Amino acid sequence: MKLYREGSRLVQGISGPLIFVANARNAALGEVVTIETKKGTRTGQVLQVDGDVCAIQVFEGTLGLNPGDSTVWFERDVVKVRLGQALIGQVLDGRGLPRNGTPIPCFEQELPISGSPLNPAMRSSPNAFIETGISSIDLLNTLVRGQKLPIFSGAGLPANEIAAQIVRQARVPGNPDTFLVVFAAIGITEREARFFLDSFEETGARFHGIFIVNLASDSAIERLLTPRTALTIAEFFAFEKNFDVLVVMTDMLHYSEALREVSSAREEAPGRRGFPGYLYSDLASLYERAGCISGRKGSITQIPIVSMPGDDMTHPVVDLSGYITEGQIVLDRRMQARGIYPPINVLSSLSRLMNKGIGEGKTFAGHRPVADQLFASYARSREVSRLRLIIGDEGLTETESHYLKFGTVFEKIFLNQGFASLTIEESLIAAEKCLSVLPDEELYRVPDDILEEVGRLRSHDG
Amino acid sequence: MSSYGQIKSLAGTVIRAILSQPVTNFEVARVGEERLLGEVIRIEKGEADIQVYEDIDGVHVGEPVEFTGELLGIDLGPGLLGNVFDGIGRPLAFAEPGETPPVFLKRGFYAKSLEPRSKWVFKPNRSVSEEVFPGDIIGTVREGLGFDHAVMIPPGMPSSRIRSIIPDGSMVSVEKAVCELESGDVIFLSQRWQVRTPRPVREKLPFTEPFITGQRILDTMFPVALGGAAVVPGGFGTGKTVTQQSLAKWCNAEIVVYIGCGERGNEMTEVLEEFPRIIDPHTGRPLMERMVLIANTSNMPVAAREASIYLGMTIAEYFRDMGLNVALMADSTSRWAEALREISGRLGEMPGEDGYPAYLGSRLAQYYERAGRALLNGKLRRTGSITIFNTVSPGGGDFSEPVTQSSLRLSGAFWALDKRLAESRHFPSINWKKSYSLYENGLRPVFLQNLGPQWQKGVAFLRELLDRESELLSLVQIVGRDALSEQDKWDLEMGEIVRISFLQQNAFDPQDAFCPLEKQMLFAKTLMDLHILVSKEIENGVLHYQVQRLGLLRGMLSIRKVPEKEFLTESSKWVEKVGRSLIDMEAFS
Repeated sequence: MKLYREGSRLVQGISGPLIFVANARNAALGEVVTIETKKGTRTGQVLQVDGDVCAIQVFEGTLGLNPGDSTVWFERDVVKVRLGQALIGQVLDGRGLPRNGTPIPCFEQELPISGSPLNPAMRSSPNAFIETGISSIDLLNTLVRGQKLPIFSGAGLPANEIAAQIVRQARVPGNPDTFLVVFAAIGITEREARFFLDSFEETGARFHGIFIVNLASDSAIERLLTPRTALTIAEFFAFEKNFDVLVVMTDMLHYSEALREVSSAREEAPGRRGFPGYLYSDLASLYERAGCISGRKGSITQIPIVSMPGDDMTHPVVDLSGYITEGQIVLDRRMQARGIYPPINVLSSLSRLMNKGIGEGKTFAGHRPVADQLFASYARSREVSRLRLIIGDEGLTETESHYLKFGTVFEKIFLNQGFASLTIEESLIAAEKCLSVLPDEELYRVPDDILEEVGRLRSHDG
Repeated sequence: MSSYGQIKSLAGTVIRAILSQPVTNFEVARVGEERLLGEVIRIEKGEADIQVYEDIDGVHVGEPVEFTGELLGIDLGPGLLGNVFDGIGRPLAFAEPGETPPVFLKRGFYAKSLEPRSKWVFKPNRSVSEEVFPGDIIGTVREGLGFDHAVMIPPGMPSSRIRSIIPDGSMVSVEKAVCELESGDVIFLSQRWQVRTPRPVREKLPFTEPFITGQRILDTMFPVALGGAAVVPGGFGTGKTVTQQSLAKWCNAEIVVYIGCGERGNEMTEVLEEFPRIIDPHTGRPLMERMVLIANTSNMPVAAREASIYLGMTIAEYFRDMGLNVALMADSTSRWAEALREISGRLGEMPGEDGYPAYLGSRLAQYYERAGRALLNGKLRRTGSITIFNTVSPGGGDFSEPVTQSSLRLSGAFWALDKRLAESRHFPSINWKKSYSLYENGLRPVFLQNLGPQWQKGVAFLRELLDRESELLSLVQIVGRDALSEQDKWDLEMGEIVRISFLQQNAFDPQDAFCPLEKQMLFAKTLMDLHILVSKEIENGVLHYQVQRLGLLRGMLSIRKVPEKEFLTESSKWVEKVGRSLIDMEAFS
């Protein structure tokens, strides 16, 4: 406890979530401040300093704040979170304090939530296959331990269900330990938060996970801290305690909107759709905190959920997320309408690290060519079905009709797997069944042994 | 001479300091008690704005700023190759003896870019009293398994005679003098250069030599010249990075400088893990021995991202001055431009298009124009080159945005990556209809001389066929495939074979990742022979569905794995076999 602290009573103005304080001596960027009023105290952070005037963002918001009766105390410290084994099973707020008010009994470390960049020369490549039990992910857009793979979703699409399903089913084959789940709820509704917590409770993840919850009704500014707190906790458990940590962050759109709110209050020049020009760097400072480190056992795998307003994939938050992360799982409204669950659009989905996690010894030999064949054939079938709308069935050649049938079978059997959890072998069999619809000469990428298997299935059906 | 100031205001990565003495624009400053590195970027009435190359959270108003009187520079010498640096030249793999490099980058760490403890064996190739000029090579040191790193007279030194030079086989560190000139100048194993200043050359040369990438679609259809510049724009997930890494792996440059500018950390890791294990097909040595990596990943400080491309260019120029062909790759130009935009925003400058500063184009030009093939300084007539491959990440995949457009104006080859191709997993997803290369005409004589007229024929065949295919595809949209003539149906199938076997190239298949130029030519010829053969048989009455049964695509895909030496015999055998089956069919129908 410091005996003396510096403060200022000269609150000059309030604008949105920001207050402007004069007579602030030697303020530091990012410094934590305490704002004392007659009605209680609030906390804030220095965003900008110009001479003795500083702009401070107030985490609790500025509603009811009166410049006349506020004293701003400078704490000479940055925002930190307390870390320790005791966090497991806790529900915290955006700043890492328990939401029910009971303090955490003991902690081992206290670290700034902004973190430090991981040395790229000390990372190690993610290369362990994670089986999610969802065929369209496992076989076609494989998730790898240490990857950051977002789910791009639209309003009304089941991103939450899929995320919860991944948390429930994800496992590294041959490794009995399951993941430590760190869940960051960023500005989501009470209903959504309840869904997640209930689903975690069901599977037991609730008691070996850590939950950082900032609801839509909580302070918007605290949303800027929520993912950072979550990731600092994740780093502690991954790299100090050797856990494989799975971080689910939802929803990054709310986070970016909070960033925009602060940016516009600071009167910064707006970029695309009013988001600040540094949105890319800011998002990267979160997403890049996933990965593996050479010589350490733990890892951080991230599954951020990003809403696409109006299903628009070129929306800046979605677009920039796509540039930073290592692929994306895209949900599709048309597939949802046709009753396909999970409605994953496999063609626009991608896992950039897939090649590192598949193949002999990891999944099965020939994984890559089979996946490539499925992609190519499905893309072709989509093309044919578009063509059919114009020229009708009569105009199609025999091969094209095969493709049309393949498309239907693929969506019905392979993509529409429901809530079942399939092993990679079961996913492969489903894929082979679909491929058997096509004649051999169209399966030009498939290796011979799998082609034989497909042939066997075909003669079986026929 | 150092002078001092005091921090007055702080915003993001830019600080403002009150000066006690005048300072130079772009002078290096040490900010705060932690002495964080920064650069003066604006001077105004006794105050200076400084962009700081590190995170400045927790830095107070009132802390001191020291101005060093120097501009941002880097030590150039042995030890650069195989190493990885951050945007301002600090070695990221640096560690004290017995320790491992830091896992998390703490700010304010300081290490020299060249390891002062390493010793190198010097081999002079000049002797006492010989006259030397700036740019001349006075000796070499051996790096790695077989790279002779030239020790040069730095640019700007007056020509003079050698007074003394250390003997053959001496062990020296980078800070040791190796030679003394009669003018009194001393030559060290390393030399320092300011990153924002181009290193001089005698004369720029025309673009007449090809740069071989080993990628079929690039070399055959959109070639780039030594000293040229190619731009690779594409939305996310279109394979920019994989394309660039394939280039870095298989191109015939002697040195590759790879700048990870605001991109993922894992991509750097990939290079660091993979490249030491891959053998360069041109020299037989590990690829890492010709690489210099600059990693300023997206989560590292933004201002250093701005500096990183100049740093990379300076290193490339240094190796060019040795008479080498250097490939400089930056991934991505857009992230660099965003850094520029962010700093400009902090300075409160008037924004131009899309919020980028008005000087975006001229800054980019300063970078692109430092590339090229050049006649080097020095007594002997030597040439060297820097070829640029820059990716651009246009927001929303829209190529009309300012960074893509400015890059196009400054470069000569445009390899447009296409989202739709990427979605059907056509890689490299370079769109053959939108891409272009302006170097083709300049390179034609060399191709003609080295590969003969067959090359031109093959290229023309591929172009015509792809053009025909896209025409037919739009026809199919109206009348359906069934309504086409047998020949048209076959042309469509041939187009597919070309697209899948020739244009697509599997970067992860060791037999296909690299395709030598001669093999590309033979490949094109095989395709042409096949097309002529089948077309003739179709004229004779063979039907297209019969041709379809032959599995030509599968055949072509296995042919493309055949090594260059056996390619000609194997492929002609295969075409003959196809011919025989067709004749059987003809007899049958």
